[in-house]
Amino acid sequence: MTESPTRRLNMIEAINDALDIMMERDPDVVVMGEDVGYFGGVFRATAGLQRKHGKTRVFDTPISECGIIGVAVGMGAYGLRPVPEIQFADYIYPGLDQLVSEAARLRYRSAGEFIAPITVRSPFGGGIFGGQTHSQSPEALFTHVSGIKTVIPATPYDAKGLLIAAIEDNDPVIFFEPKRIYNGPFNGYYDKPVEPWAKHADSAVPEGHYTIPLGKARTVREGDAFTVLAYGTMVHVAAAVCAEKGVDAEIIDLRTLVPLDIAAVEKSVQKTGKCLIVHEATRTCGFGAELSALVQERCFYHLEAPIERVTGFDTPYPHSLEWAYFPGPVRIGEAIDRLMKA
Amino acid sequence: MSETARGNLPQLALHVPEPKFRPGDKVDYSHLTIPPAGAQPRPDEQCSAAETHPLCLDLVRVLGEDHHAVGPWDPKLDAETLRRMLRTMALTRAFDDRMYRGQRQGKTSFYMKCTGEEATSVAPAMALANDDMVFPSYRQQGILIARGYPMVDMINQIYSNRADKLKGRQLPIMYSAREASFFSISGNLATQYPQAVGWAMASAIKGDSRIAATWIGEGSTAEGDFHSAMTFAAVYNAPVIFNVVNNQWAISSFSGFAGAERTTFAARAIGYGIAGIRVDGNDPLAVFAATQWAANRARSNAGPTLIEHFTYRAEGHSTSDDPGQYRSAHEREEWPLGDPINRLKLHLIALGEWSEAQQADMDRELMEQVKAATKEAEKNGILGHGLHHPFRTMFEDVFEELPWHLKEQSAQAIHERRVKWPDWKEDEA
Repeated sequence: MTESPTRRLNMIEAINDALDIMMERDPDVVVMGEDVGYFGGVFRATAGLQRKHGKTRVFDTPISECGIIGVAVGMGAYGLRPVPEIQFADYIYPGLDQLVSEAARLRYRSAGEFIAPITVRSPFGGGIFGGQTHSQSPEALFTHVSGIKTVIPATPYDAKGLLIAAIEDNDPVIFFEPKRIYNGPFNGYYDKPVEPWAKHADSAVPEGHYTIPLGKARTVREGDAFTVLAYGTMVHVAAAVCAEKGVDAEIIDLRTLVPLDIAAVEKSVQKTGKCLIVHEATRTCGFGAELSALVQERCFYHLEAPIERVTGFDTPYPHSLEWAYFPGPVRIGEAIDRLMKA
Repeated sequence: MSETARGNLPQLALHVPEPKFRPGDKVDYSHLTIPPAGAQPRPDEQCSAAETHPLCLDLVRVLGEDHHAVGPWDPKLDAETLRRMLRTMALTRAFDDRMYRGQRQGKTSFYMKCTGEEATSVAPAMALANDDMVFPSYRQQGILIARGYPMVDMINQIYSNRADKLKGRQLPIMYSAREASFFSISGNLATQYPQAVGWAMASAIKGDSRIAATWIGEGSTAEGDFHSAMTFAAVYNAPVIFNVVNNQWAISSFSGFAGAERTTFAARAIGYGIAGIRVDGNDPLAVFAATQWAANRARSNAGPTLIEHFTYRAEGHSTSDDPGQYRSAHEREEWPLGDPINRLKLHLIALGEWSEAQQADMDRELMEQVKAATKEAEKNGILGHGLHHPFRTMFEDVFEELPWHLKEQSAQAIHERRVKWPDWKEDEA
């Protein structure tokens, strides 16, 4: 797949490219959401698509998440392959009934007569002074729902390949885009300049169509000291802290939370004997709890230390105290120290 | 007086609606305005939505006191079609009666009748094309019957038996019938409303000629999905028909709790810029005509229509409900719009195209037909008596393919089965 020529793209451009390619390849793909049409999206993810593919395939919607998802489910039942956008993950809740009760269960309850092959794109995560309602990471609400796949890319290369795979997938997919890394791989050191994607190897994005299979993790770095399980922005934060500390960590970017690449998790933790789980979402009943339980069940006799969970605190996402909330280098660093001493 | 009341300002009072009649009360429907049949104008199907406003506050009626069809809404159906409509409604009622009894006999866990509301599903189904997609609620079994969907398959679903096409996963009556263009029924109220709009939008995006129709009870119009659906339908001029079956009751809550004390449900359409019609839901010809009007409007890209079917839920909400606990038993007998089957029967008799004897013969025949279908379905098992789908199918169709965790859980479930019944084989029911 890397034989085709590549371009340096940031994550927004990679997502835009994936949408453009899928709209070109499949006349049933439609893109819709608040401000996605003429304007091209508040993050520019759909820029130029309406001009190129027309107003009946890329269009603005009323401000109604319930309507956006509900309409997408109906379009899916007709045979289209809708890619609705929810402007911020924090605003997905009005559409939750349609996602949880309808999209997730349609195939099951109709024994396959009707399906909901929809891909709900939504910017998520914090680190941008977004305050309470532009920073949330609600992935655990979806990983808890049977019938939905949850995908979170960490690089432009993955964003394009995973988004194409999600659109082609016949199951409903929640595609959370870590908006903090739309323009560059933020490493958690907010007081230092952020490097743009152009300087990062994973911004080399092949032209044309390629996919990254859902349910397959990516080993960011091989190592022996301990295993890091992370996704989205936190992949880069964890990697930067490990590099700074000079520890030989094995870093796994999960990419898909459901279905999870359990084989990759098991293989790594059984090799290293230690596990650090990092996510930005709040701690209690976060996806880290599921990861921790799975590692404990499957790697118990290989574990040499308690599983470490570094997460956001169990509070709403604060504005002024953002960096005290964010699971940054200090919190991750101390967990690493505990693992290294164990 | 509340401590926060100030000066000489009037004290505020919360209004909590209360139905006119409770158990034991004498029923008097004189407050309902029932206009004469034939008096309502029939605007052009291409008219602006606002022009339909008077119809939202009126009641479109075709069958008069003398049982003849009158006025501009008379769909002028031939006798053969009228007899088919009568037969389909009567079959729906016979089916309901039998299934209700089946639930009482323990053959299934649950059932919901549509007694008194047969016209609101059968007549629209006959006015639509068979490939127009319907997004029903749980009280439109008449559509499946009108579309000739096999009754045995419906009963198999109700019994959750080994021939149930939904593999025993769904509560009885939550049918799904793609070949009948009948969308999978969900327990979550009103969710089908925006879905129908999406389907209609998709049909328009693809330049198709099919339209969508969806049903909701008046109680569920209070859900947010109703508002979303109306807004999207208006914005994109979607080819969709919204049916609101106003049967006066949402389980134990009378329609006042959905806002009926202030306006009609049809009138809500006007605020969205959607055409609205309020029809006598127990007048099958009026229902047919209104659907035909709305379908023609949608098909010619003139936009969506909301039809309020003014009717009465003659029976309990479900087999789990006892309406005697919250409403007067006299409501049903006093209902001023009568019974839809009886009214169509009297119309056909008035035309000289039917007789009481023929009706009695037909009713007997339909009862036998339902009985035969029931017996046929029972060969495949009834709920809880062993004959159901293979165990592993519980894990299928969550996703298109079984992910590792469902494979593991499937193996666990099969293991548990073997612990309990050592001789049990995987593909046995």
